[in-house]
Amino acid sequence: MLARTPTAGPKAAISAAEMGARQREISVSEFFTKNRHLLGFDSPRKALLTCVKEAVDNALDAAEEAGILADVVVTVEVAPSGGAAAPPASQATRFRVTVTDNGPGIVRQQIPPIFAKLLYGSKFHRLRMSRGQQGIGISAAGMYAQLTTGKPVQIISRTGARAAANYFEVQIDTKKNEPRIFESKKIDWEPPRGTQVTLEIEGRYQKGRASVDEYLEQTAIANPHVNLVYRTPEGETREYPRTIHELPPQPREIKPHPYGIEFGVLLRMLHDTESHSLAGFLAADFSRVSSAVAQQICRTAKLSPSARPRQIHGADPEALYKAIQSTKIMAPPSNCVSPIGEKAILHGLYKQIKGDFYTAVTRPLAVYRGNPFIIEAGLAYGKGPDPAAAAPDAPTVPLAEGEQPEDDDELARVIRYANRVPLLYQQSACATFKAVLETAWRNYGVAQSKGALPAGPMAVFVHMASVWVPFTSESKEAIADYDEIRKEIKLALQECGRRLGVFLRRRERAKSEFRRRNIFELYIEEVVEACARLKGGKLPKEKLRTQLQKIAMKRTGGTRTDEILGHDAGPEGLPHSIIVTPEGPEGEAPALPGAERSDGTPPDAPRPEADGLAPPRRKGKGAVRPTNAAKGNTQAAKHQLTTAPKRKKR
Amino acid sequence: MARASGNTSAAVEKKLVGVADAVITAAELRRDPTLSIPVRSLANINFNEKRGIIEMGKRKQARTFFNVGMAKKFMQTVLVADALAELQRANLTTSLREIYYRTKHTMKGSHENTFDGQNESDPLIEDLEVALAALREELHVRAENAGSVVGPLVLVDDGDRVDCARLGKGGYSVPSIVEPEYIEIRRCTADFVLLVEKGTQWNRLSEDKFWRRYNCVLLTGNGQPPRGVRRLARRLHDEHKLPVYVLVDNDPWGYYIYSVVKQGSINLAFESERMAIPRAKFIGLSSVDPGTYGLPRSVGIKLNDKDVGRAKELLKYRWFQKKAWQDEIKQMLSSGLKYELDALANKDFRYLTKTYLPRKLKEKDWLD
Repeated sequence: MLARTPTAGPKAAISAAEMGARQREISVSEFFTKNRHLLGFDSPRKALLTCVKEAVDNALDAAEEAGILADVVVTVEVAPSGGAAAPPASQATRFRVTVTDNGPGIVRQQIPPIFAKLLYGSKFHRLRMSRGQQGIGISAAGMYAQLTTGKPVQIISRTGARAAANYFEVQIDTKKNEPRIFESKKIDWEPPRGTQVTLEIEGRYQKGRASVDEYLEQTAIANPHVNLVYRTPEGETREYPRTIHELPPQPREIKPHPYGIEFGVLLRMLHDTESHSLAGFLAADFSRVSSAVAQQICRTAKLSPSARPRQIHGADPEALYKAIQSTKIMAPPSNCVSPIGEKAILHGLYKQIKGDFYTAVTRPLAVYRGNPFIIEAGLAYGKGPDPAAAAPDAPTVPLAEGEQPEDDDELARVIRYANRVPLLYQQSACATFKAVLETAWRNYGVAQSKGALPAGPMAVFVHMASVWVPFTSESKEAIADYDEIRKEIKLALQECGRRLGVFLRRRERAKSEFRRRNIFELYIEEVVEACARLKGGKLPKEKLRTQLQKIAMKRTGGTRTDEILGHDAGPEGLPHSIIVTPEGPEGEAPALPGAERSDGTPPDAPRPEADGLAPPRRKGKGAVRPTNAAKGNTQAAKHQLTTAPKRKKR
Repeated sequence: MARASGNTSAAVEKKLVGVADAVITAAELRRDPTLSIPVRSLANINFNEKRGIIEMGKRKQARTFFNVGMAKKFMQTVLVADALAELQRANLTTSLREIYYRTKHTMKGSHENTFDGQNESDPLIEDLEVALAALREELHVRAENAGSVVGPLVLVDDGDRVDCARLGKGGYSVPSIVEPEYIEIRRCTADFVLLVEKGTQWNRLSEDKFWRRYNCVLLTGNGQPPRGVRRLARRLHDEHKLPVYVLVDNDPWGYYIYSVVKQGSINLAFESERMAIPRAKFIGLSSVDPGTYGLPRSVGIKLNDKDVGRAKELLKYRWFQKKAWQDEIKQMLSSGLKYELDALANKDFRYLTKTYLPRKLKEKDWLD
């Protein structure tokens, strides 16, 4: 602001000198104390989620970077407030969040700044794919704890079996953005290695959408290499066992790609570089710039390749910037981004979401603003094998007039991820959500109203992996809507949709064949009974029934139909997909430890292998041709038909 | 019983059992059981110019069992036939809705019901009527009493003498079956029959004792007149040589009601024979009446898309081809308005009784 002349203002005018006396530096910590919504602490419910999220993200990042398969235990407890007995979880306002990992641990002197200094971390100054980016998260959570309960953050960390565990209690000095250490000692800690963080915060525990529960469930889907245990505030223990026993490939750290940098960044880099020549600077500080490309850029910019980077100013940096944008430079290397992978996504979805059909797609590397990224998409469709079909004695409730067998107008659920972290808020602002809306799901046999999500029992999975995910805000809730990103998401979704369409069409065909036969069986019964009554009871019912059944068999294709029914359900031709039938999963289904699915498979039955190379199938022994067994019990016949084994002739 | 076909109860039952026989014979021969059902649609009717009635054509539809699209209907038809045969044996009459409930159940071992709604069973009864050439009365299915009559008319119903001149303003409720075996017309001294579309206007005329001053029988069917009302009008026309005048709203639905009374309906073309009154006249409300009787434009109602579509259909019907009718319908379309009978109250509460009908009758201002 320009200084105002004293005469211009009213009598309360303040002189520039007085204003100057009030102007002083604002510490980041103070800023975020006042603007905590920017970091995801707007409501008590969201605050609880954010604290869990920041701690879990850090634990997973650390373990992966150290090459350790992570075991994470999340405990959320109700904290007693004011000496009274702890209220039930749904009423409580104070919680203690403890996250324990088996990661590499943190060296003693780094513990205070990591947990009690904002913008301190290892991830900001590099271009490497990781969950955290800025180094704000966990210290902001600590600051929130300090603000709402006054309790310091408690940390236990141990770097190896031979080192002792360190125990710390720290808080932030919000004015200085420096850690204040309350307690620091060596303690005995059972695990040989790892870190445990405990935060006591004001929050609210509520299940459902965007809850801690949902966050951890979705984390398990996108991180099948992690073994996650969650102790809920209600005392329940939920386990999300590991289904993939290898770490995802380590993403490489890269230098910025010239297309991605902004003008200001270029200026800063020119100033900070250690190179002595412009061409050297270009080749050394950027990825994919060879010395030949560097020479070419210099020529286009009409600058000397041997010019000193620090001497370039005036109009020259702008010319350089333009030259960079107009020069053809290779796309950034792909090893800096580590996708989850089709198999792992399939395993994750299969493990956590009940369905009939799963598929996953990993797109090739793409680039927005010079940042490499990979889009992955997956689908889980259906409600899983019908439990009623598995239990033939399920009671049938007759339908009254106007009642429908099933009212199914639920909309699909979109589960979104950025660098394996679930995004739970601001769905409609997210590029992934927009891409799901824009995909023409009707082409794939899924209902969709205009401008709405597709309808049906479906979960849509979208993951963006990138060295720098463009979030719409610091609280990292929605991915910004770049055209390149949205296009990639749509391509991935379309491929998923195509596979779903193939599956649905096949299933529909098998169903209609089945239904054809089935309705005749039902109606023959009715017609025979009615005819017998019309004839005054003087009718050999059995004979008429058999005659009609024979005609029905002939008309519906008989044995040929059985073959179609048996053959058509396989996942052939559908890459990276799992189809679940009442008989069990087909395709690249993982073995689920702990047999938590009650899918009726006996425990001693051979489990599908996890490697996915040879989808196992049971041989069609003991197949019962269903129509012969139709006497009186069509329900049983239906059961047999749907469970007819999948024979496969090669 | 009825003159039209004269099926005895035993004969009807035999026809119904024939449905079962068709299934059994086909099964013996390893053929797909098939019922042959005359088509009840505009495509299968003829307008007999000479007799002035709509007659059903010869086209039949084969309803087969082992066809996914028809299987359920086939099964349902057999069920309805069974229920109708039960009525014959027990000598009971029943309603369409009771037939629906009688035949509805959840099929064994499934979640599927034999019928999902009455709209599925009603057409099957009509199918059987035409397929077996048996009238609805003969099938012992009655409709609701949905009509009223008042006037110098004496009927005998179940041995009770009913003098329609002594029944106050409420009149006699016309049963759905008015065949001579059930209802006898003992005496009728009226000069004509006035069939009114709307119950409200019938009430107006009845309250004003219009029938006494103009010596007529007042009939209403509360909308599309049911079979009993149409049949009674026809009997009065036949047996007592009474002219029949039809008073309906000025809209396409009113025109169609008139045409059903006069020529018979498309859906039940097989009934025209004993229902239609080819010499019935359309007395109002005509498209020229608002002008003639000075009804203000403000009491008209804008034609909606459905009205316009229906009017255009009527223009194509063979029995609306007379020039007077084409002009009548086209005038309505060009004005874009329709008028209810009730709109006459705009002039005076008793305008219909005191002015409109007297003038119409005096001037013989009607359409044929």
